[in-house]
Amino acid sequence: MQTEPNTIAAEAAARGMKVAFSRPDSLRPVVTNFCPGCTHGIIQRLVAECMDEMGIEGTTVGVAPVGCSVMCYDFFGCDMIEASHGRAPAVATAVKRVHPGNMVFAYQGDGDLASIGMAETIHAATRGENITIVFINNAIYGMTGGQMAPTSLPHQVTQTSPYGRDAQTAGYPIRVCELLSTLDGVAYLERVCADSPKNVRKAKKAIRKAFQYQQEKRGYTLVEVVATCPTNWGMDPTQAIGWMQENMLPYYPLGVYKDVVADGFENAAEAAFARAEGCPMVADYGKDGE
Amino acid sequence: MNEVIVDVGFCKGCGLCVAACPVDIMKLDAGVITPKGYHPAYCSDMERCTGCCSCALMCPDVAITVLREVR
Amino acid sequence: MMSEKVLMKGNEAMAEAAMRAGCRFFFGYPITPQTELAAYMSRQMPKRDGVYLQAESEVAAINMVYGAAAAGARAMTSSSSPGISLKTEGISYMAGADLPGVIINVQRGGPGLGSIQPSQSDYFQATRAMGHGDFYMPVYAPSTVQEMADLSYLAFDVADKYRTPVVVLADGMLGQMMEPVVLPEPVDPASLPAKPWATVGHEGKREHVVVNSLFLDSEDNERQNVARFERYEQIRRDEQRVECYRTEDADVVIVAFGACARIARSAVNAAREQGIRAGLIRPITLWPYPVSAIRECAAKVFLVVEMNMGQMIEDVRLAAEGSAPVEFYGRCGGVIPTPDEVLEQIRALDEGLGD
Repeated sequence: MQTEPNTIAAEAAARGMKVAFSRPDSLRPVVTNFCPGCTHGIIQRLVAECMDEMGIEGTTVGVAPVGCSVMCYDFFGCDMIEASHGRAPAVATAVKRVHPGNMVFAYQGDGDLASIGMAETIHAATRGENITIVFINNAIYGMTGGQMAPTSLPHQVTQTSPYGRDAQTAGYPIRVCELLSTLDGVAYLERVCADSPKNVRKAKKAIRKAFQYQQEKRGYTLVEVVATCPTNWGMDPTQAIGWMQENMLPYYPLGVYKDVVADGFENAAEAAFARAEGCPMVADYGKDGE
Repeated sequence: MNEVIVDVGFCKGCGLCVAACPVDIMKLDAGVITPKGYHPAYCSDMERCTGCCSCALMCPDVAITVLREVR
Repeated sequence: MMSEKVLMKGNEAMAEAAMRAGCRFFFGYPITPQTELAAYMSRQMPKRDGVYLQAESEVAAINMVYGAAAAGARAMTSSSSPGISLKTEGISYMAGADLPGVIINVQRGGPGLGSIQPSQSDYFQATRAMGHGDFYMPVYAPSTVQEMADLSYLAFDVADKYRTPVVVLADGMLGQMMEPVVLPEPVDPASLPAKPWATVGHEGKREHVVVNSLFLDSEDNERQNVARFERYEQIRRDEQRVECYRTEDADVVIVAFGACARIARSAVNAAREQGIRAGLIRPITLWPYPVSAIRECAAKVFLVVEMNMGQMIEDVRLAAEGSAPVEFYGRCGGVIPTPDEVLEQIRALDEGLGD
C-alpha cells in the first residue's frame, strides 16, 4: 500500500536512470527491531519481494511468531496475525481453511518452530496444509538473550549452555528439513542460506517456489534459512557470517529435501499414495476424483 | 554513472554491504552518527560502481537503493 | 418446522445449535465426556460446507479457533476440564486480541485427570482465571438440553457483539442427557455482518490489518485493557441472566447452576410440600454474575449447592454482602448430590431459623 517506489522510479527515469534495487512495496517503510547485521531483515525482504513479484500482497495473510521476528506483523504490508509461541502453523491452518483463496504463510524461528511448536509443525506438515512456512534457523534464542535452541550445535556456547552444548545431557540439534521430509503431506522443502548475494538470490527463488506451490495447491511447503545472530553469538556481523558458513552449513547442508513436482507428481497427495502403493486402503485413490 | 543511495534512517552500520561489495567501494562513515547512533554506510567511489546490487542484496535493513544508468 | 421438538443428547444439541448460529469451523481433540459433540460435528460439518478438524492437541485446537476467528469466521472448540486447562493460554490470546469464539466445557471431576463423571469444579477457572492477564469472558451455564442449544446459539452473537471469547459451561450429566429440544433457526454464515478487523487480505483497498495482543509500550497495553474493561462494564449491565424460582416468599433460598440446579429444584418442590418456604436462584450467566438477583432477595438464609468443594459460594457471599448467612452443600469428584440430600440441608437450615 505504498507509492514511494513508483516515485523513486519516476525520479530516476527523469534523470536517465532506472531502479536496479529498491525496497519492495510489500515491506512497510518501518525500521525493524533487529540488531545490526541480523539476517532476519534480508529474509523478510525476500518474502516481501516474492509477494510483490507474484502480485499477492493483497490476498496474503501472514502469521508472526514469538521471538525476534515477533514484530514482523508491523513490517509486512499484507494482513498479519500475531500467534502465541509455537502455534503459528495451527493459526495458519485455520486461516487457510477459512479462506482457501488466500495465500497464507508463517514466519518462524528455531525455538518457535522446532521446540515449543514442534507438534504444530509436524501436524500441519503431515496434514498437508496448503501453507508456506519460512523457517529461520540461527541456532539460538535471540529475543530472550541468547539461550540454547533446539538447533544449537554441539559444543556451542550459549547463555544456558555456558560450557558448550553437551550432547550427553542436552541432546542433539534437530535438522528440520530432514525430519519433515519423511512426512507425506509435504510438497516442498529446501534449506537455503543468506550468506552471500548469490545465496540470497537462491533463497528468494526457494521462497518464490514455495509460494508458487501453495498457489498451485500442491501441499505443505517450508523453506529453512540458515541465518546468523551476531549479537548473541558475540561476533560482528561479518564474523557471524563466517562462523555460520564454517560451523552451521556442514551440520545443516543446503539443498532441496523434498520436491514432489521434481519427483514427477502433481502434488503431495499423489506422491503420498504412490508411496503407499500396495496398501488396499489407498488402492482406489484418484478413481473418484479425490 | 550508477548510483547507490543509502537511507541513513534505516542503515544500522552493520557492514554487510561493505563485505559484499566486489569492487570495495562501500564504506562505513566514521565521521557521521545517525539518529539511532550508527556510522552509516556510503559509496566512496560512485564512478566504479557496477550496479551489481550486492550491497543491497545483503542489506538487512533495506536501506540501499541502487540506480543504474540507462545506456 | 420452527416449533418441532426433537429428542437430542445435550452434547449433540450444542453442536447442532452452534452450526445453526453460523459456525462452520470446529477444531477439537477427543476427550470424555464431550465426545458426542465432536463426533456430531465430524458427521455434520462436511454436509454443510464446514470444517471439522481434529487437531493434534487442545493447544493446537484453540489456536486454530484463534486463526479462524482472526480470519473473520464463527469458530468454536469443545473439550472437558483437563483439555480446557490446555486451552487457557490460547483463550488469553483471544481475549488480548479481541477475538470472538466459543469454547464449550463439558466438565468432569478434577484436579488432574480426576474422573470422567460430571462436575462443576471449573467454576473458578471459567469465571476468574481462564488464562493469564486481566480479562473476563461471558460464561453461560445451561441446565437443560433446551438451554444448551439456546445458549450455545446465543454465545456466538455475544462473542461477535463484544469481540470476546465466550464459554458455555456444561457438565457430563447434561452432555449425556437426552431431552426434547426446539432447535433455533439456522443462520446463513454469509448473511452475518462483515468484520472489518478480520485478516482476509486487503486487496490493495485498505491498510493492512493486524490481529495482535502484543504491545511494546506498556501505556498502549494499559489503554487496551481499560477499553476492554469498558466493554466488560456493558456486558455486566446488559447480559446478566438468572432464573428465580419460588423465591418471592422464600426463607431458605438455594443458589445453584447447571445440573445442580435441576436437583435443587426437586428439593425445593419437596420442601414446599412439607410446608417449608424454599426457593431457588439459578444463575444462567456465571460471568457476569447476576448480583442483583441475590442482593434483592429477602432470603433468611442462602444455601449454595454445587458439584465441587465450594466455588460459586464466593460470588454469592460477595453479592449477598452479609444480608443473610450463606451456607454450602456440595459433592465433588464426579459425585452428584441427590434431591434428598439437598432436602435434608434445607430442613436443617429451616429449623435453625426458628419461628
